[in-house]
Amino acid sequence: MAVAEFEVPKLTEYTVVPKINAGAMAGIKSFIAPQGPQEYLGYPWELGADWKERAIDKMGDLLGKYRSLRVFMDACVHCGACTDKCHYFLGTADPNNMPVARQDLMRKVYRRYFTLPGKIAPWLVGAEDLTEDTLNQWYTYYHQCSECRRCSVYCPYGIDTAEVTMAGREILNHVGMGQKYSNEILVKVQKIGNNLGLPGPALEDTLLGLEEDIEADTGVPVKMPLDVEGAEIMLVTPSADFFSEPHVESLIGYAKVFHAAGVSWTLSSKASEAGNFGLFNGNYETMQKIAMRIRDAALELGCKRIIVGECGHAWRVAYSFWNTLTGIGYGGEDPFSKKLQQQLDNRYPQPMHICEYTWDLIQNGVLKFDKSLNDDRVITFHDSCNVARGSRMGNEPGGQFTIPRNIIQAVANNFRDMPSDTIGEGTFCCGGGGGLLTDDLIEVRVKGALPRMNAYNSVVQGEGVNFLALICAICKAQFTKVLPYYGFDRGQVGGVHQLVSTAIKLD
Amino acid sequence: MTSLTVIFTGLLYFATIVLIAGIAYRIYEYSRTPAPLVIPTTPAPTSTSGVVLRMASEVVLFESLFKSNKWIWVFGWLFHVGLALVLLRHVRYFQEPVWFWVEFIQPFGKYASFMMLAGLAGLWARRFLVDRVRYISTPSDHLMLALLIAIGLSGATMTFVSHTDIVALKAFALGLLTFDLHPIPEDPALLIHLGLVAVLMIIFPVSKLLHAPGIFFSPTRNQKDDPRMTRHIAPWAAAMERDKG
Repeated sequence: MAVAEFEVPKLTEYTVVPKINAGAMAGIKSFIAPQGPQEYLGYPWELGADWKERAIDKMGDLLGKYRSLRVFMDACVHCGACTDKCHYFLGTADPNNMPVARQDLMRKVYRRYFTLPGKIAPWLVGAEDLTEDTLNQWYTYYHQCSECRRCSVYCPYGIDTAEVTMAGREILNHVGMGQKYSNEILVKVQKIGNNLGLPGPALEDTLLGLEEDIEADTGVPVKMPLDVEGAEIMLVTPSADFFSEPHVESLIGYAKVFHAAGVSWTLSSKASEAGNFGLFNGNYETMQKIAMRIRDAALELGCKRIIVGECGHAWRVAYSFWNTLTGIGYGGEDPFSKKLQQQLDNRYPQPMHICEYTWDLIQNGVLKFDKSLNDDRVITFHDSCNVARGSRMGNEPGGQFTIPRNIIQAVANNFRDMPSDTIGEGTFCCGGGGGLLTDDLIEVRVKGALPRMNAYNSVVQGEGVNFLALICAICKAQFTKVLPYYGFDRGQVGGVHQLVSTAIKLD
Repeated sequence: MTSLTVIFTGLLYFATIVLIAGIAYRIYEYSRTPAPLVIPTTPAPTSTSGVVLRMASEVVLFESLFKSNKWIWVFGWLFHVGLALVLLRHVRYFQEPVWFWVEFIQPFGKYASFMMLAGLAGLWARRFLVDRVRYISTPSDHLMLALLIAIGLSGATMTFVSHTDIVALKAFALGLLTFDLHPIPEDPALLIHLGLVAVLMIIFPVSKLLHAPGIFFSPTRNQKDDPRMTRHIAPWAAAMERDKG
């Protein structure tokens, strides 16, 4: 049992909407990025004399470039529909963690500098000058948002607080208040090739070791090829899959699926990271630069298909943004897009999620399982926010919910869903997404996990569930850390392809 | 011509110009601001007709609000549908002869004012009773409700308590359309009603009432889920790519 320096919320049968407790989380501040990463990313590292001007300029720039931000700043009517939807509010009771209040931290500045009523009668419309206090509030509360988009499901105008948080962090970066955790990762992925800073030779060693482990375990020589030119499939997966537990179990699962399918596949040392923290900071160019590594690797290796491993935000970026940012996909008429399209096998969607791939093989009878090998597990599935509300799998809307569940039920006998209002499009975030997966935000992470933990506890108590299946590297790391705070064993967390790995028959 | 007539004529023309020009400008502004990335809240429709259905169900039925909170949904829907019926009923002041459906809707529009007022009262009560909503309410949120309730009450008073000179009012209204001024009936309820409506029209383009045009431009609701099949690229992003070569 981890020792907490704060009070861990009590589990309850249902998540109760708390009475507001103003300022409850006002003191939480993750470490500010030092000069190194800020300089590398092209941002200042301290407030200059002209910080205010730069902040307002940046806000104006973003308002002109992003229709989302432009419309969302105007459209809110303060109806209150979102006020009880954020897991961080439910877990902390801090009113600034209500989505509308989080947006209002920016909206009050928007009104003051960009609208007529805010200029002439600020007191009337809740407009306020931009001060250093405001910046500190932004820093605190834009790092208590995991950009999970749950609020956007329930807003009558579809206002997505994630868009506001991203803009807020981008403005903060431009005045020298970047976040250490995210920005250091943005440097590592660009300098070394992945978020964990794992260099090529180390990756090669790790993969060789895993091959030996699998062969010792199963007697089958399952390979984990790296940088194989001309392989049909290039797998891009979060770097946590290479050496974090339980992530690596899913990597073994992918390798076994490819082996059983008898296809040629490869990992890439250049594209050894599916994750893209550029999303979290709302910087288009950074996100594009990081995504471009995948395109470059695909062109260099000459692969026909690009498949993405179990990672929530990576899948959102891959599914929704790769075509825009890098031309990985179809429909582009420009030479840049066509160059890659000519290489890719147009019988398949590009990119493809590993779950789509595995489910297709299962439907075609290619994979065989001994489901009883998973009989010690009673499994539930946590829909990861970026997959649930920012992407899709398969041909029908909602495939992102059915396909992973179909896979689980094809490889295991005991599956139980959590309460319906806590899964699917209304799924609760793990509490650690969106650039918050750092120890300096552990209190936010533990408290933000409360709604999910309540839902999990209800199936643990009621249905005997003992395994929380996931398809997100951040969720896996977050739950592994946070489950013990709520009295669960960290070993209950694992990937969907970990279950596949357990049951798959190899020959 | 009384000075009152001149003042109200001027006020209503001014309010109409501000309303139309203001909203037109906002729509222009929203439409020329690009949405650089595909961000529909999924599951989302994959076709244009699907998006039209989704949007229609948001605008007519307040689908997302229904999922969110039944109280806000009931009050908000009562108010908006009541307001829509009341507004449609008002069409009769601007035409001669009156269309059949406008005639047909009169009794509904008459009682819809109660729907509207009940909805507004419920929404206002929430601003006092629910601690979370109280926390986010600004003075303008309260004033907006006060304004709408005052408009509804003054209108309902003329329908149900003391009738105004409807023939003279219609002549005044038709005169506004044909630029042929007729005297405005000097009934305090009517003058309050029209004055407040003018205020509402004037603040529309600079207030949260922009949620009305805004929802149609909300990328999380108006985009298709087809990013693997269509390359979606904003003009500024395309220009950035060209610059890089």
